[in-house]
Amino acid sequence: MTPADTLRFASRAALGYPLRTALMVLAMAIGVAAVVVLTALGDGARRYVVEQFASLGANLIIVLPGRTETGGVNPGSFITSTPRDLTVADAEALLRAPLVTRIAPLTLGNSEVSVGGKLREVLVLGTGADYAGIRNYRVAQGQFLPRDDPGRAASVAVIGDTLRRELFGNETAIGRVLRVGDTRLRVIGIMAPSGQGLGMNTDELVIVPVATAQAMFNTNTLFRIMVEVRSREALGPAQRELEKILRARRDGELDVTLITQDAVLGTFDRILGALTLGVAGIAAISLAVAGILVMNVMLVAVTQRTGEIGLLKALGATGRNIRLAFLTEAALLSLAGAIVGFALGHVGAWGIRLAYPVLPAWPPNWAVIAALATALGTGVLFGVMPARRAARLDPVQALMKR
Amino acid sequence: MAQIELDGIERVFRLGDSEVHALRGLSVSIDAGEYVAVMGPSGSGKSTLLNLLGLLDRPNAGHYRLEGRDVTTLSADEQAEVRRARIGFVFQSFHLVPRLSAAENIGLPLVLAGLPPDERARRVAQALKDFGLEARASHRPDELSGGQRQRVAIARATIMRPAMLLADEPTGNLDRATGQEVTALLEGLNAAGTTLIVVTHDPVMGARARRQLLMEDGELRHDVRAEPAPTAPAVPVAPR
Ligand SMILES: Nc1ncnc2c1ncn2[C@@H]1O[C@H](COP(=O)(O)OP(=O)(O)OP(=O)(O)O)[C@@H](O)[C@H]1O
Ligand SMILES: [Mg+2]
Repeated sequence: MTPADTLRFASRAALGYPLRTALMVLAMAIGVAAVVVLTALGDGARRYVVEQFASLGANLIIVLPGRTETGGVNPGSFITSTPRDLTVADAEALLRAPLVTRIAPLTLGNSEVSVGGKLREVLVLGTGADYAGIRNYRVAQGQFLPRDDPGRAASVAVIGDTLRRELFGNETAIGRVLRVGDTRLRVIGIMAPSGQGLGMNTDELVIVPVATAQAMFNTNTLFRIMVEVRSREALGPAQRELEKILRARRDGELDVTLITQDAVLGTFDRILGALTLGVAGIAAISLAVAGILVMNVMLVAVTQRTGEIGLLKALGATGRNIRLAFLTEAALLSLAGAIVGFALGHVGAWGIRLAYPVLPAWPPNWAVIAALATALGTGVLFGVMPARRAARLDPVQALMKR
Repeated sequence: MAQIELDGIERVFRLGDSEVHALRGLSVSIDAGEYVAVMGPSGSGKSTLLNLLGLLDRPNAGHYRLEGRDVTTLSADEQAEVRRARIGFVFQSFHLVPRLSAAENIGLPLVLAGLPPDERARRVAQALKDFGLEARASHRPDELSGGQRQRVAIARATIMRPAMLLADEPTGNLDRATGQEVTALLEGLNAAGTTLIVVTHDPVMGARARRQLLMEDGELRHDVRAEPAPTAPAVPVAPR
């Protein structure tokens, strides 16, 4: 029997029992569709988080004071025990690195803000004019901090949207004066509401020039420095440039830590990737169930068609002919189920994208391929036993059953 | 050398504790081109004998030589090959595959033999013509009359040009006229040289054969060779 004839015979047999075939295909399809939809969901979540992180600025390097040892002991470890502080001068120096586009020094402190009679605890952030640009923050009214000499302690403030509502209500806030601790500041801008994204929320911040904040908290150190580099690819070289500059400024000792968003992103990427894989595994169980169903249906088919098998043997079919015919039938049923399930799964993923537009719910290629392969694999694997049973039937007994 | 040589064939079925001797010590030889009727009461072992001759079943003891070759020792697949090439079966209940058309049923042995499609089509078309089934080629078995079904089955049994044709009560499910039509068809094939072995309860049909094997209780009681008149239903047989 040629392969083409086996295929034709098996497909005719499958079509000869439409209801049975339809149910089988449906069971397999549900399994495949489950894998496609669930991995689309998992991978969508992963992409959503990664994109959110990327929107925080994927090409950022954050400089922190102090060394977090990860690379073992180096000679520098023995020289000083207390790390030197980061200063505004350090931040300025970093701008000299060719791959750096913008920087923002950061100082943080808690204080009280008062307008008229109203008093409130706030977080004060001292930074530079480029901070809003680096973080993609939008200013709703007025302007962000002026591009000043960073040493100048201008008495201006940009406030968050929630703070504006609480302090000024419906009155205009721009141009008004508020008191932060002992310092009087003029409001020059209002930040746009932050919305639902990840990352720092500006809604309740008072943002002031870095020198103003340092004067307010009586310090000359920085909490950290944010450095924006030309591109994501430039992160590595830029980090080396920054390290060189900082080392030179600190007597050859690098007592600062540089963090890239990339590292954080990579971790999240891996965690959510593993989650998707787990979900796919759970969905694959339904495929195994479908496989057992294939076996059942094929066993019933063997019983149903015992007479036919006997006849084929009488006509000279070998055990191999019959085994192949039934195996092919099982494979065809699985294949049809896999294709229908693939389509159903994509419709499902499309539905999810329609219902939750923020979620990029596309099934990953590896999951689709794995689902289709598993469907075919289980179908054939569970088809082997019925096919062997058919091939082993005694021809006389089979012929008498009719 | 005879085409079929059976020598001391025993076939025992075990049903729990009891044993049924379906065939005992059966020896017979049949030459190529013979026309043999196997007759006897129900349960005498006629079908069992035919299944053995068709290599669908194996004896518990004894030897079966087909065309000089001992076929009892062949593997299942080797036996399948012999069946495919040398033996044609016709059954009382036709045994057509219900989802296949008449033409496809007739072509089934050619498909199993792996013949190329154009060769298949040619031979099936010829068979449809020979058996007067051209108008029914694309009909499925449930759209055919009993006589047409048996003609399809005979066309299928002969499409591989087998050396022998085994028919187990081929007219058992047909009315007399259609039965005679089918008998004539089988006899025509025999006249063309194919060995024909027919199991029948019908004494009229049995009498048409040139040789009758009378079975009783698993044994061959009589082996009668007669020269029947070509047309008239010949001498009643079954002498005791
Ligand atoms: N598979 C089997 N298992 C057990 N006993 C069997 C089997 N096949 C046949 N027999 C027994 O063997 C004996 C011969 O059966 P067989 O079918 O050859 O008879 P037969 O002559 O063809 O009868 P009929 O004219 O009714 O078709 C019977 O007693 C039957 O019960
Ligand atoms: Mg019988």
